[in-house]
Amino acid sequence: MIPYLFATVMLLIGLYAIVARRNLIKIVIGVAITEYAINLFLILLGYRTKGVPPILGKGMDLKEFASSSVDPLPQALTVTSIVIGLGVMALLVALVLRLYEKYGTLDESEMKRLKG
Amino acid sequence: MDQILPLLVAIPLGAAFLIPILVRVWRRFPDILGNLSTLALLVMSLLLVGREPSTYYMGGWRPPLGINLVADGLSVLLLIVISSIAFCATLFSIPYMEKYTSKSRYYSLFMLMVAGMNGVVLTGDMFNLYVFLEIASIASYALVAFGTEAEELEASFKYMIMGCVASTFVLFGVGILYGRTGTLNMAHLARIVDRDGMSPAILFASALFLMGFGLKAGMVPFHAWLPDAHPAAPAPISAMLSGVLIKAIGMYAIARFFYVVFGMDGLTSTVFMALGLLSMVVGALLAVGQWDFKRLLAYSSISQMGYVMLGLGIGTPLGVLGALFHLLNHATFKGLLFLCSGAIEHGTGTRDMGKMGGLIRGMPLTGTTCSVGSLSISGIPPFNGFWSKLIIIVAAVQAGHYAIAAVVVLLSFLTLTYYLRLMRHSIFGDLPEALKGIREAPALMGIPLVLLAVCCLSLGLLYPVLKPLLLGPATDVLLRAGDYIDLVLGG
Repeated sequence: MIPYLFATVMLLIGLYAIVARRNLIKIVIGVAITEYAINLFLILLGYRTKGVPPILGKGMDLKEFASSSVDPLPQALTVTSIVIGLGVMALLVALVLRLYEKYGTLDESEMKRLKG
Repeated sequence: MDQILPLLVAIPLGAAFLIPILVRVWRRFPDILGNLSTLALLVMSLLLVGREPSTYYMGGWRPPLGINLVADGLSVLLLIVISSIAFCATLFSIPYMEKYTSKSRYYSLFMLMVAGMNGVVLTGDMFNLYVFLEIASIASYALVAFGTEAEELEASFKYMIMGCVASTFVLFGVGILYGRTGTLNMAHLARIVDRDGMSPAILFASALFLMGFGLKAGMVPFHAWLPDAHPAAPAPISAMLSGVLIKAIGMYAIARFFYVVFGMDGLTSTVFMALGLLSMVVGALLAVGQWDFKRLLAYSSISQMGYVMLGLGIGTPLGVLGALFHLLNHATFKGLLFLCSGAIEHGTGTRDMGKMGGLIRGMPLTGTTCSVGSLSISGIPPFNGFWSKLIIIVAAVQAGHYAIAAVVVLLSFLTLTYYLRLMRHSIFGDLPEALKGIREAPALMGIPLVLLAVCCLSLGLLYPVLKPLLLGPATDVLLRAGDYIDLVLGG
């Protein structure tokens, strides 16, 4: 239960950073934290205390294996989501760099070309 | 027939990676390859019309183990919307994108976006849907920033931060559903939810989905990115974003999950109607005061998507039919209007309606098609917008929601008001001194305008043909969720 709470708290910290911070880099860090919180949550879904790796070796009993191995699917999902997160992060940082070139600042409150 | 389903994703994906390589061989390759692939997609999705729903199992793995692609009525309707607007937009891009550098990267991102959207509407697997959603979204973030001016970068950053939060919530919801039910296949999940009923965890996941996909669809509490991002993009991309993207990765996902997987009940219905009404009213009120041509269109998109949401919320067969018909119609006239805005910007160099006027004298074709689009969206018969709005109003009255029907009628007048203002200030009236020398847009920009304007007129008049072929099957998918489950998992 406690790891799940930890993932939730991480998600909330990330959302707080996105909503309340003014510095673009800190907002980007907030996005990264929410992504990691979800990755942690996915890994926890497949976790099993004292579980064995989900690889079926020779001479292993299928029933015993199924009752003791961790769930490999969330791990596959997490790897995919990390790769997507990498793409998102690269584009976000590139945008922040270009914005810095245009405005000479990272303060969000000084970028007011657009109105809601 | 099911063999062409993976091609609908593979062709744009392959084109996206071939275009930046082949541009080194010949400068014209991006134009040719981009248009050929969207044309191929259009032909293939037209081939799927009127056929039995089909499925394709990736790698031969049967669900619930493997990933499957499903082309039922609803997916085919969305495929046609995507590929027809994409074809018009790529045709329009040939002359329009000349002023930007690096056309090959533009086509590459465009094709990635199309691949993502086709994947979202075809896939039968939740996590796969999330991956395709991210492909389409990331390509669209980059395309919004394509001009790399301060305004575009700012809009793209705002869009991207909000889009990332929405995607995170969708993934969170997928994780919760997997944890509760142990499946990622949508049909299998629908069967489990149907058997066990809604638990609090599944309800929480559905709320996360509504927020995530609602943001992608531009529904009102989550709409703040849309009026910045849609005008900032190059015109063909605005047409794709407003005409297709908010429907394919927003509205389609909402309809598929809430109708087919979770099942509609009174609470969801009320929430949908409230969201729809809110979007309609707020979008229309904000559109009235706009002087930027494209910004007005963006606010009007929020308002028109509210109609679709409202129709889905009413939930009667007629309401769903009206919603899907309006979705199809909105794609044609909003695509047309955004392409017109591009042609006008190409000719006059401005988007400010205060500096325009009398454009129909210098640009008769653009002026006429823009008027057709405006009349369609404000619901003037015999154009298509009138029929879908009429169906939604009749559905609201039949379901006993008289107040809602009255609001819809009133908002149609408001829509007419701001589109008449748009026409008076830009197309008709006096031609300002500075714009005396404007010329008509090039032919390649004119052809898509004419195609879409013809669609605006014919979709309304061809409704008796359209209903059994396209709209009827799509409505049946939403109203008879059991058919989808049987199709994927077998009876």
